Amino acid sequence: MLDTAKSLEAKGLATVTYLPVDKYGMVNPQDVQNAITDKTILISVMLANNEIGTINPVAEIGKIAKAKGILFHCDATQGVGKIPVDVQAMGIDLMSFSAHKIYGPKGVGALYVRKRNPRVRIAAQMDGGGHERGMRSGTLPVPLIVGFGKACELCEQEMTTETTRLAKMRDRLQADIMAALEESYLNGHPTNRLPGNLNISFAYVEGESLLMGMKDIALSSGSACTSATLEPSYVLRALGVGTELAHSSIRFGLGRFNTDDEIDYTIKKVIEIVTKLREMSPLYEMAKEGVDLKSVQWAAH
Amino acid sequence: MAYSDKVVDHFNNPRNMGSFKKDEEGVGTGMVGAPECGDVMKLQIKVQNDTIVDAKFKTFGCGSAIASSSLATEWLKGKTIEEAQKIKNTDIVQELNLPPVKIHCSVLAEDAIKAALADYQKKTDGQAPDTK
Repeated sequence: MLDTAKSLEAKGLATVTYLPVDKYGMVNPQDVQNAITDKTILISVMLANNEIGTINPVAEIGKIAKAKGILFHCDATQGVGKIPVDVQAMGIDLMSFSAHKIYGPKGVGALYVRKRNPRVRIAAQMDGGGHERGMRSGTLPVPLIVGFGKACELCEQEMTTETTRLAKMRDRLQADIMAALEESYLNGHPTNRLPGNLNISFAYVEGESLLMGMKDIALSSGSACTSATLEPSYVLRALGVGTELAHSSIRFGLGRFNTDDEIDYTIKKVIEIVTKLREMSPLYEMAKEGVDLKSVQWAAH
Repeated sequence: MAYSDKVVDHFNNPRNMGSFKKDEEGVGTGMVGAPECGDVMKLQIKVQNDTIVDAKFKTFGCGSAIASSSLATEWLKGKTIEEAQKIKNTDIVQELNLPPVKIHCSVLAEDAIKAALADYQKKTDGQAPDTK
């Protein structure tokens, strides 16, 4: 969404107000309320954050939007199939989500467009034969659509049991790692987050080296949004996490095919590699000697 | 990120990882980088009769930064101060086959070598030499 908003701004088509998040990565509905002007036509909020899993108070924001007669768009890509999503209860007028996040085929996504109360009119994404009510002309990729639908169906059937299973594994992963490793910090909301997400910063070790030490586990140190750069996560920066801790974060994503054995293995591996890299870290050594790292004059490069 | 076999080897089996006491005789310490940039290297040399008899490192950073400093300690051992001054970051890039995005790791390692040498000379001469 950020890039789309920035692109609209750059083209001079819109003025955008960007709202902050709290230390858990949550948007405050009051901030939304306060940011509304008589020119506001659209509010857009992501349902859940991809890096830290924090779930936004979407229903409250939807209510505010409705009261002001402003359209409400929600990027629900991370939440659909994982937590209950109801466009009526949440007051969502437009909702985008994608099949590949819910074990469906890659290359297909959906935009929910409210038909009445209010009827949302959107510009055609491409012109042509008038398919999809004229919003997206072109022959439909039926196999992808069918796969997407089946993926949604399976997620809905399994949601209750799967949520419980994932949260249990995730909580164990978190508890065991954080009990064994001092100065490890949870990023994101402690309870109000996606069941399969865990994001931890390990002070004094750098994220990329952590990943390198756990090559046999599929993990990431940020998001695909910034994988082309070496910049630390802007999501973590927005929470007020210091740059050095943002460099030290690992995101664990749990899903349908993960097992308890894999969690055991990951716990063991994480403790091993963090301990090894801390032994190797001059920052850890200094901290142990009682040096206040913030007081050191670093030669930034 | 694809790492070369040599980077992976240094990362898995770091050479000369550890520390000397900073005030030990003949020890020069160089610390470069910054935590907010994602890498800090500490490189130490132990000098006897103008020859580097031992070297150690500790690095906070990515695998390439760890490998660059590990390699630097290997190269430093047995070299004279003068020879050590001639180690270039491009040598490290070549040896470790570092991709362009990781060249700064080799630059940092060269800086760390220079800083350690300067610290040693400062301690022995009582003044900082020109490292250029």
